[in-house]
Amino acid sequence: MTDGHDRRTVVRDSLGVAVATGTYGLSFGAVGVASGLDVAQTCVLSLLMFTGASQFALVGVLGAGGPASSGALTALLLGTRNTLYGLRMAPLLGYHGWRRAVAAHVLIDESTAMAVNRPDRTRARAGFWTTGATIFVLWNLTTLVGAVAGEQLGDPRDLGLDAAVGAAFLALLWPRLGTPLARVTALLAALVAAGAVTATPAGVPVLMAAGVAVLVGALAR
Amino acid sequence: MTATWWAVLAAGIGCYLLKLAGLSVPDKVLAHPVMARIADLIPAALLAALVTVQVLAAPEGRALVLDARAAALVVAVGLLLVRAPFLVVVFGSAASAALLRLL
Repeated sequence: MTDGHDRRTVVRDSLGVAVATGTYGLSFGAVGVASGLDVAQTCVLSLLMFTGASQFALVGVLGAGGPASSGALTALLLGTRNTLYGLRMAPLLGYHGWRRAVAAHVLIDESTAMAVNRPDRTRARAGFWTTGATIFVLWNLTTLVGAVAGEQLGDPRDLGLDAAVGAAFLALLWPRLGTPLARVTALLAALVAAGAVTATPAGVPVLMAAGVAVLVGALAR
Repeated sequence: MTATWWAVLAAGIGCYLLKLAGLSVPDKVLAHPVMARIADLIPAALLAALVTVQVLAAPEGRALVLDARAAALVVAVGLLLVRAPFLVVVFGSAASAALLRLL
């Protein structure tokens, strides 16, 4: 095959994406302990939740002084996009029983992206597993390294780690701003959240932004 | 167990179940175009709100402030515009906030 989808090419491309992504765990680990979680809690998030934006959201809300319930709810709302990926990936992967249960754990942005456009099941599975499994291993290792290092480094504010969280969210948001509708939604959500900061307890402004997505999605033509 | 542990475990298991649900439920659930559009917009809305709160909310609570974090976000925008890798964006932004506070 010379269409750029040959199995070896799929595996090689997937490894490239996975190695680049897996190292983000370093920043998550450092940000996790900077937000007040301990090393164990930070590592359990990477092992169990294993979806970056939700993990950053949970520690971000807790770090800003929000209640645990708001942090958890924000993480879950962000996690709903993995449900959408699952709907698209299910017929492509064709898994049942325990294979489906294991595949679900590594169903994330990158494993979906590296599998969803493949011409057949063999190559879709190759992209999915290469990306998902490699990121899982690297993400958890680098989370541990980042968390332990973050704990040794002293006051997170002196290192600018409080600013790193905002930069991480922006970097996650950036590729999602491709359409005018997404840009309008993001802008309105930011304005609503900024207004709500002065009037509501920590954690609530972010949840109110989900309402913006519902309104824009329902009213857009 | 602390509230933080409960949040970590409950949201962790919940996020896994959301993934499993996607692989398991018939895709008619999200066939409605409005539902699909809302689901697609939720991540952008939440992430934009998280950026705002993380950068502008005063550490002490219910107020907005412009400080080193906002300057660091401008640096992050610049790094994203030149397509810097994720880690460069995050730690470059952190370093600029740390530098500003030293000055």
